[in-house]
Amino acid sequence: MSAAILTRATEMEPQKPLASLTKPLLVVLPFIILLLAASLLPGWAVRVPAGWTVPFVDWANTLIEHMRDDAIFGLFSFRDLTRAIAELITWPLAFVEGLLVSGFPKIGLAAMPWVMTAGLSGVLGWYLKDWRLGLLSAGCVAYMAIFGKWELSMITLSVVLVAAPIAGLIGFLIGILAVKKPWFEALVVPLLNVLQSLPHFSYLIPIAVFIGVGHKAGTIATVIFAIPPMARLTILGLKGVAEEVREAGKMAGCTRFQTLWMVEIPSARQPLLVGVNQVIMQCLAMVVIASFVGARGLGHDLLFRLQALKIGQALESGVAIVLMAITLDQLSRAAAHKEPSHVADATLLQRFPFLVASVLVVMASLLLAAITPYAQAWPSELALSTAPLWDALVDWVTVTFYDPLQYVRNAMLLYVLIPVRDLFQSIPWTAMVALVAAAGWSLGGLRLALTVSGFVLFIAFAGYWERSLITAYMVTVAVLICILVGLPIGIWASRSERRTAIVKLLCDTFQTFPSFIYLIPVIMLFKVGDVAAISAIIIYAMIPIVRYTIFGLRNVPSEIVEAGITSGCTRRQLLWNIRMPLAFPEIMLGINQTIMFALFMVIIAAFIGTKDIGQEIFRALTFNDAGKGLVLGLCVAFMGLTADQLITAWAARRKQRLGLS
Amino acid sequence: MTEAKIACRNLWKLYGADPAGFLKRHAGNPSIETIRAEGYVPAVRNVSFEVMPGEILVVMGLSGSGKSTLLRCLARLVEPTSGEVMFEGRDILAASERELIEIRRHKMGMVFQHFALLPHRTVLDNVAFPLQVRGTDRQKREARAREVIELVGLKGREAYYPRELSGGQQQRVGIARSLAVGPDVWFLDEPFSALDPLIRREMQDEFLRLQKMLNKTIVFITHDFDEAIRVADRIAIMKDGVVEQLGTAEELVTSPATPYVAEFTRNVSHDRLLSVGAVMAPAAARKPDAAAVQVEALLASVARQVLSSERPVDVVDDGGALVGTLSRDSLLDALYGKEQHA
Repeated sequence: MSAAILTRATEMEPQKPLASLTKPLLVVLPFIILLLAASLLPGWAVRVPAGWTVPFVDWANTLIEHMRDDAIFGLFSFRDLTRAIAELITWPLAFVEGLLVSGFPKIGLAAMPWVMTAGLSGVLGWYLKDWRLGLLSAGCVAYMAIFGKWELSMITLSVVLVAAPIAGLIGFLIGILAVKKPWFEALVVPLLNVLQSLPHFSYLIPIAVFIGVGHKAGTIATVIFAIPPMARLTILGLKGVAEEVREAGKMAGCTRFQTLWMVEIPSARQPLLVGVNQVIMQCLAMVVIASFVGARGLGHDLLFRLQALKIGQALESGVAIVLMAITLDQLSRAAAHKEPSHVADATLLQRFPFLVASVLVVMASLLLAAITPYAQAWPSELALSTAPLWDALVDWVTVTFYDPLQYVRNAMLLYVLIPVRDLFQSIPWTAMVALVAAAGWSLGGLRLALTVSGFVLFIAFAGYWERSLITAYMVTVAVLICILVGLPIGIWASRSERRTAIVKLLCDTFQTFPSFIYLIPVIMLFKVGDVAAISAIIIYAMIPIVRYTIFGLRNVPSEIVEAGITSGCTRRQLLWNIRMPLAFPEIMLGINQTIMFALFMVIIAAFIGTKDIGQEIFRALTFNDAGKGLVLGLCVAFMGLTADQLITAWAARRKQRLGLS
Repeated sequence: MTEAKIACRNLWKLYGADPAGFLKRHAGNPSIETIRAEGYVPAVRNVSFEVMPGEILVVMGLSGSGKSTLLRCLARLVEPTSGEVMFEGRDILAASERELIEIRRHKMGMVFQHFALLPHRTVLDNVAFPLQVRGTDRQKREARAREVIELVGLKGREAYYPRELSGGQQQRVGIARSLAVGPDVWFLDEPFSALDPLIRREMQDEFLRLQKMLNKTIVFITHDFDEAIRVADRIAIMKDGVVEQLGTAEELVTSPATPYVAEFTRNVSHDRLLSVGAVMAPAAARKPDAAAVQVEALLASVARQVLSSERPVDVVDDGGALVGTLSRDSLLDALYGKEQHA
């Protein structure tokens, strides 16, 4: 104890006045000098000369072509292998689809009646949590049937039901291996970092090359996209198992396998199931976007209607996707939080009420389906459509708000977006490298400085510097607005339990929506272009900053708050002198997440005609240019990782200083 | 003489870059200053002791003194840097993984500070767990588990999950689990530290009751000196990884080996610790008084009689022979120190 205090005392330097200011100043100074002196700098220091570009794209394409065309072991090419693997997924996919919607015509078996699907979903919700969740899930299924989204939604659901377990299992195994073998962890964790910051589209392009386009390819893309979060949460969960529990297993005489299987994995049940929740939600988000490579289902329907600018109909599909997202999220979340409790000796019904209920549902719906065809499949002529309603809403909004919306849009463009864009485009690449390197050096020493400037140099020499600056400008504007709006919302919401509950529920709900959904309202309001894109980014990326602000403010140690109150702080003083400084590291982590979310969204927004790096990725997708898609994806990932590395380093240091870590 | 159940010799555990090499460079015995100067963290330094069959050895020290690491070295949950750990006469550090598992499955039980129960298993399944991993069939292991659960007073709670139990009850499950395989050696790592004071006392009584029945060889870790005195046959006091002194509670109090031990034992109430024999004056052989006290009695139990007597009280041994006398003054000296009533 005393030793710790001693070492800390020797580490503390005498504080000079202005010392707190000199360091940030030193970090920004080279940047400002280079920026202001841009006109004096030689051309090569401002724009990356064309001759300097490193042909990353060609290298990547050479590698990909080799994998595509050249045989390994003289037998088959890598592509043959991937296609063969992809073929395997058609089996479970066909089975689940047959069960849910298409039936098995070869053996003359019909699909499950929709009342059975609804009933079983209801029992599942009831089993996992309570009758309310049961009602929600049964209602969601019934909605799909009655509102004419049955086939599309069941196809989407089949993809999720097939992709999620496969992705979950693969991620789980990767996670276990990483925990057990340090060399594998050292290899896989940086890879996971990059994979998790790659935009969705970057996953699609290699898939298109190695597997082709179509429903199968979309499913594979979905699987691959959902693996990293599961791997990460498995690592986190297994490492979080208390050392004592592991020791208890060893002292009981467990072999290594028994320790893993009977002690560690069951003890990490909750984080693992949170991982499953993540996998399911990522699958749903991806299956919507995978419609770009031909995945069928609700996403395809939405894409098709958006392309035709049929906003009302697009909204109808969007609502179905959102409903499915909320239900899947609630169900898998309930599974994660379900705790076992003991049951006294009881009858069969009391001991297995849900099994009994399921059997009853199956029998009742089979009976019902035999009596009336309406219970087997809801007839399409009776399907209700909400599209006219949405169309009316869209018309009303357009007519009523046309002028103010135009005004907002033009003002945004003229006074904010264009000036900021011009400013960004005038930044010399050398200035950017200097800024990032200085920040890295001051926050984490040489190693961090080299890492982050390496990221920026890659972007500069990959040949897409200008495009990247446009992306950076859109993200910056969006993130600043998110902070300006999100921070006050977070502060407001943290003031009382009730507000926190409401805002958290909203955040949880909005976060479950696949990101693509956010394009619908902004197209409705602002048509296409930068304003629409930035609005979509703002809505989507606002969630983490609000969430982390609430979390940070509410988790300030209550003793410190009480010390403030007894010192006679007003509420305002309490906020600015106590809560905010202590919550600030957490809020910065929220901003970090906001940047990541914004980067994801800015790429998806390429769909509505931006001119940034996302548009290039989009084009690469169209031309199946896998090398270009990969390099561009890495550019986006490295932008995110630069911000991420710097901010997390800062927050970790700050937390340590405040004694919060 | 019987053989020691557990013995360790020159046991070292250091944390750092290359502890084994570091130890070798310094002839296997570096000073604490050298260890710290080269950036190593000392957990266990040159510890040697023996635990006899049926004995309760309490290892006592403040947090960071290395007592938990020492215990984990004995159970080989932590690999010692150097030294020797003998378990029933065989070198446990030389045992293969397979042999180690066999030893743990049959000879060792351990109780943990934070219970370390498996949250997804019922009380019954938690207690049966060590039997399950060694392959006992369900019927047998559940019967044995029920037996031990009854032993620790949890009958009726077999179907509960750990989170449905109070802290004291959870630790009873932990104790039951550690006893399920009928081990010879029982390791307890601060078993009652996470419990409320009242429950703690109750559990100490429970522990002593069980030990009276089972007569295990025990290494018991605690940071609470009162607890150590209540349960120990012998106490080892640790500081910075070194055993400062090892002896009975009485020895530690009456002749502390280092200022640290003296500091520790100063505030212990001596009347429940010292026996009459430790403070009496010798007496010439004669026939003892009828109102003599036993030589092994604790001071607390004879204080009233001695203090109310005008002259020294006679002290006798088991056979009733006179072995000394105890005066009012020497009793007061023993209890409150000499200087205070001089």
